Amino acid sequence: MAVAAGTMLQGCSKTEGGASGSSEAVSSDAAQAVYVAPGKHDELYSFLSGGFNGQVSVYGLPSGRLLKIIPVFSQFPENGYGYSEESKAMLMTSHGFVPWDDLHHPKLSRTDGQTDGRWLFVNGNNTPRVARIDLKTFETVEVMELPNSAGNHCSPYPTNNNEYVIAGTRFSVPLDMKGGTGDVSLDKYEEEFRGSISFIKVDPEKGDMDLDFQILVPGFDYDLANGGKGPSEDWVFFTTYNSEKAGTLKEVGASQNDRDYLAAVNWKLAAKYAKEGKAREMPANYYHNKMDENSHVAKSTVKKKVRYLLPEECPGMMYLLPAPKSPHGIDVDPSGEYMVVSGKLASAIPVFSFAKMQDAIKNKQFDGEKNGIPVLKYESVLKGEVKEPGLGPLHTEFDGKGNAYTSMFVSSEIVKWKLNDLQVVDRMPVYYSVGHLMIPGGDTKEPHGKYLVAMNKITKDRYLPTGPELAHSAQLIDISGEKMKMLLDFPTVAEPHYAQAIVASKVAPNSTKFYKLDENKHPHAVKKEAEVSVTRESKNRVRVKMTAIRSHMTPDNIEGIQVGDTVYFHVTNLEQDWDVPHGFAVMGANNAETLIMPGATQTLKWVAKKAGVFPFYCTDFCSALHQEMQGYIRVSPKGSNVPIKFSTGKKKQNIPGVASTK
Amino acid sequence: MKAYQKILMIVASLSLGLLFVFPMWKIYLKAPQYPEGLELHIWVNKLGGSSEGVLQNFNILNHYIGMKPIHAESFAELQFMPYIVIAFMVTGVLVGLLGKRKLVLGWTGLLMTAGAAGILDFYLWLVNFGTNLDPMAAIKVPGMTYIPPLLGNKQLLNFEALSLPALGSLVIFMAITIAGLSYFFSLRNQTIDAVHKNRKVVA
Repeated sequence: MAVAAGTMLQGCSKTEGGASGSSEAVSSDAAQAVYVAPGKHDELYSFLSGGFNGQVSVYGLPSGRLLKIIPVFSQFPENGYGYSEESKAMLMTSHGFVPWDDLHHPKLSRTDGQTDGRWLFVNGNNTPRVARIDLKTFETVEVMELPNSAGNHCSPYPTNNNEYVIAGTRFSVPLDMKGGTGDVSLDKYEEEFRGSISFIKVDPEKGDMDLDFQILVPGFDYDLANGGKGPSEDWVFFTTYNSEKAGTLKEVGASQNDRDYLAAVNWKLAAKYAKEGKAREMPANYYHNKMDENSHVAKSTVKKKVRYLLPEECPGMMYLLPAPKSPHGIDVDPSGEYMVVSGKLASAIPVFSFAKMQDAIKNKQFDGEKNGIPVLKYESVLKGEVKEPGLGPLHTEFDGKGNAYTSMFVSSEIVKWKLNDLQVVDRMPVYYSVGHLMIPGGDTKEPHGKYLVAMNKITKDRYLPTGPELAHSAQLIDISGEKMKMLLDFPTVAEPHYAQAIVASKVAPNSTKFYKLDENKHPHAVKKEAEVSVTRESKNRVRVKMTAIRSHMTPDNIEGIQVGDTVYFHVTNLEQDWDVPHGFAVMGANNAETLIMPGATQTLKWVAKKAGVFPFYCTDFCSALHQEMQGYIRVSPKGSNVPIKFSTGKKKQNIPGVASTK
Repeated sequence: MKAYQKILMIVASLSLGLLFVFPMWKIYLKAPQYPEGLELHIWVNKLGGSSEGVLQNFNILNHYIGMKPIHAESFAELQFMPYIVIAFMVTGVLVGLLGKRKLVLGWTGLLMTAGAAGILDFYLWLVNFGTNLDPMAAIKVPGMTYIPPLLGNKQLLNFEALSLPALGSLVIFMAITIAGLSYFFSLRNQTIDAVHKNRKVVA
């Protein structure tokens, strides 16, 4: 097998004529290393953000099999998320219904600094939001908008026991201190613009989020964040760029200073200050959307207040560490002692020491201050620099064996170096323009250390061409030995920014197989075929409570609908079996279908626009008689005297179905 | 009867209470789409399965071939069988207390008859469900009936059905055995008594 695969791969590189030489690095036993036999399961789940598709895609590792796409900030026609009446509220914001976002960073919940497989937190960069996905159901269960934020990029970073999920703004904006931004001249960036860092409290049992307080920070651009561990576990670190405070042509304006800052925030102290009354309060206006786990109905709450701290009033809470030119990634090693800052325009990677930082604070080795926040001396916190690591360092992850791996965007490679002596020990080309890289658990206290996934922005010649737009690629690299070995690449859905992975045994055994019908608390659920109904509720509104089971819907003949009526189809899936969802679609519906999980109820809104007979049917192949799982709805002209009538099959004609037309 | 024999008899009758703890029979179905299998558990007083939705899933699958839905309510047996079991327990304890050998034999015989009747009843239900099919069924295979096996396995279309007595049946079997032992030991009492009597005569 290995020989055959090796030959094939060699053959491939020959036909490519060495245009890129891009197969050279593939190890000869790669096929065996990633082969997961049919019916066998992968060792790890990985969660890749979909970037501009607003979704998370779940891949098995090492096979690279796509297991699921989870819609978070985007409407998803596949299952009706964001279209069905139950889920629409999940996408509500203070800007109205926003059915899209730019999803950058998935982060797994943690217990004692290690992934625990309970929840996945993700951020929406465009319309600042943080969402929580429940890993029992792999569904988005909560979406919270963030006030005073604009471009929620350095987000969402859970502390070691999910005490807080922390989210910082990428863009600073002129806050009007009333929940919006001021009408301010764009010349006034330097004086008027501010950023914010949000501290979201997480319920230790249920995972529910709550915005506890914010810190209003100087008007830089906050890029990425990472939490401390071990000795540094009370701290969270943020890279910033644009310390120049340029408000226009940032590519030049924000690239002038040789050093920007790493912002270090003592989150425990901040929480203490907030609790002790240092926090002020201001009006706000943001949405908090939650999916009820029994009714599967999402509800929005509009929050009207937010508490905030000012760093200048909270001594010891925040420090700035000078970091070489436009830093991007900040990554704390598993021991919690080293903070690696990747200056994307810098020629060396600085590694800071947490112990030195503590000493510098104690000895007041300051280099002035910015907006009342002490700036520490660069040399006083520096452990050393990784010299000539490559071009364009972006992100670093760790294998738990004393090695760090940094992605190099410009030189398209992964560089392995040692944390103790900061010497580069290996390099591996990747195809092409790698952004984030991920080692399962590589940002936790105990990395898995076997694989590394490189997430590349550009694929060019990697796959069969598909017109101007090409898939992005993830590449799986074996890091178990001294030398890195390329194993696999697989196309990804939209642009993966970051990813997290976890051993399957922490997630798979808890997977929900179906919802218990008895626990279905949906207000329009019907749990027996005998209880279905069609009711004219008002002049133009008809409510259909129906059931679906292999392989029929009850009722499947509905009459008495009139042109102009809005019909709510509440479909309850009566199945109590794993992997038997039923779909529901009506001809001419202006939204989508809906996919109803076993035991759940979902609602599709449909407006009768013209007289006639319209079919509805099940869209998810459910059984040998799936094609026959269909029905008709008859629409009569406005004001006609056809009474409401419904049935399924001749025998059941006597279903008491009388609901009078007004 | 000696005390330990009476106790044996009482243990035998009380052990029938385990019928409310364990199912009597299990029917296993396996098909490519059900790698985890479906199990129907038949109890003395209810129907159940390996998981909550099993009965419903049995019925969903059976409806394609026109088999009547299986519901606990459709079996009068499940209503009165618990009383029979309780009756056996009560009478068994009484028999044990009275310590009359012939009553023990009678009780054991009755229990064996009841067990056999139960199996026959079960078989008749299987035949009834397997052959009494809705003529409007979606799937009709000429000449095919769907009587599940009483014991052992059988291929029914895409399903491999396996039927086996479960712990509950073993409980009945155990009760019969223990009661039988009680009787058997008491037989020896008689022989020993007889020997004693004979000795006296001789003496």
